[in-house]
Amino acid sequence: MAILTLENVSFSYDKRTRAIKNVSLQVDKGEYIAIIGHNGSGKSTLSKLFNGLCVPDAGEVTVDGFSSRNKKDLFEIRKRVGVVFQNPDNQLVASIVEDDVAFGPENLGVEREEIGKRIDFALKAVGMEKFRHSSPTRLSGGQKQRIAIAGVLALNPEILVLDESTAMLDPQGREEVLSVIRKLNKEQGVTVITVSHYMDEIVGADRVFVMNDGEIALSGTPEEIFKQKEKITSLGLENPVCSEIAQKLIDRGLNLPDGILTREKLLEELCALK
Amino acid sequence: MRIEVKDLKHAYGESKVLSNAALNGVSLNIEEGEFFGIIGQTGSGKTTFVQHLNGLIKLQKDSGSIKVGEFDFADKKCDFRALRAKLGMVFQYPEYQLFAETVKDDVAFGVKNFMPNISEEQTEQMVKEALTTVGLNYEKIKDKSPFELSGGQKRRVAIAGVIVTKPEVLVLDEPVAGLDPQGKRDFIALLHRLHKTFVKTIVLVSHDMDLVAENCTRIAVFAHGNVLLQGTPKQVFADEPMLKELGLELPVTAYLTKELEKIGVNIDNDYTAQSFVDALINYYKGGKA
Repeated sequence: MAILTLENVSFSYDKRTRAIKNVSLQVDKGEYIAIIGHNGSGKSTLSKLFNGLCVPDAGEVTVDGFSSRNKKDLFEIRKRVGVVFQNPDNQLVASIVEDDVAFGPENLGVEREEIGKRIDFALKAVGMEKFRHSSPTRLSGGQKQRIAIAGVLALNPEILVLDESTAMLDPQGREEVLSVIRKLNKEQGVTVITVSHYMDEIVGADRVFVMNDGEIALSGTPEEIFKQKEKITSLGLENPVCSEIAQKLIDRGLNLPDGILTREKLLEELCALK
Repeated sequence: MRIEVKDLKHAYGESKVLSNAALNGVSLNIEEGEFFGIIGQTGSGKTTFVQHLNGLIKLQKDSGSIKVGEFDFADKKCDFRALRAKLGMVFQYPEYQLFAETVKDDVAFGVKNFMPNISEEQTEQMVKEALTTVGLNYEKIKDKSPFELSGGQKRRVAIAGVIVTKPEVLVLDEPVAGLDPQGKRDFIALLHRLHKTFVKTIVLVSHDMDLVAENCTRIAVFAHGNVLLQGTPKQVFADEPMLKELGLELPVTAYLTKELEKIGVNIDNDYTAQSFVDALINYYKGGKA
């Protein structure tokens, strides 16, 4: 069942150049979607169209039947689409973790008792329940992003959008955040849309959209996307290091299959050659 | 300029009871000409260490010694202004530090700040050169506001502002974070280009093990405010158990080399992609056939 639909959407910031050109896509409930593209490809603009931060100049964005073109629907859309942004330091507002998570539901006028329940749920979902009474300033970048995600989860969103939410984190922090997101998708059935330029973040997604110059240049499963090596390079995206090494080995005459995505897979194939 | 750090200690916070030791006696020499990598987990002291190198963090009393070329930080007369013209520092997300109304003024700031005796004309020439070096068109960009540029352009302008004084040493803290793959490739190419001209030494702090293995001549591994390990990528990434304990991943090349060794495939290489591929091809094609 479609929860988010874009129909022939175009958008421009300055009324001259179009940042998004006639994009149509559909996201089903419970899907894990990855959107990738180089800097300036339009991927972040796209994510801002999902929750009505940007409103299309042409075409229509609908979430659960609500269109962002109707001003009175925006509130309903934002209740359903939660966005986590890039910089953890720009998204936390309170001096205590639980107050920060409560900020969203408090604004919506949720009952006190219910807020307590949502804080419990949200902090547990991101594995941060021990830090309920801590100060966010004392947390690492990965932990802060997990609190930011908890703050969004406390709003019970249908769709969680992560706009380059791991770009500023160290590898461990990135892994923390990614595993939380994957778990939320698998166990809680939250629809997830991640936006990033890390090719390795598309591993595990159900479907991938590759953005270029405001348009969807490629779409498909991660395996299908990775197979189109030349296209990916020409779009300013690179395969993970291991795929590049695999390609070099193939070029030198080693018998390896196409579409190797991970170091584990490459190892497996190399072992098989022995 | 040789960088010579001996037994460097640093604690954040005033109170003796609550103070937080960030460096616990770091000794590290970086020779002129090196492309030196610093790795380690968040909170290991990497950034505190590099921020000492241009005197941004003051050397505390009885906390070791730092010498950069002829600059001895313990000397009361040490001219940090002159040092900063020769040792350029690029922080994380340098584009957040752009502040002037035009690109030209922003890049010129370094000259005005660190080299007070340079004329306006000369300054303009230096700004032009710096912007050209980072791959920007001077005429097209000089009068623009830094804030109307794209992310990649902003970062280039920020780098131009550092290299405008032609520093001999360039210290970069996570310079490729947030860049897309093409941006990253271009940036690394720029570093190598600079390294071939006036920049003699590069010190690079990074979380990206593949990047470090591919580009650095030597690496130091920081943990708990100490240098636990230093050497060539080959030497450092050989110590898998220690890196694992520190929560650091091996570069892809080193990972594959080690795992293949376990099944009896021994391929000796330097952990750059090229040397790994060469060694492996040699094994499968040469050794076996």
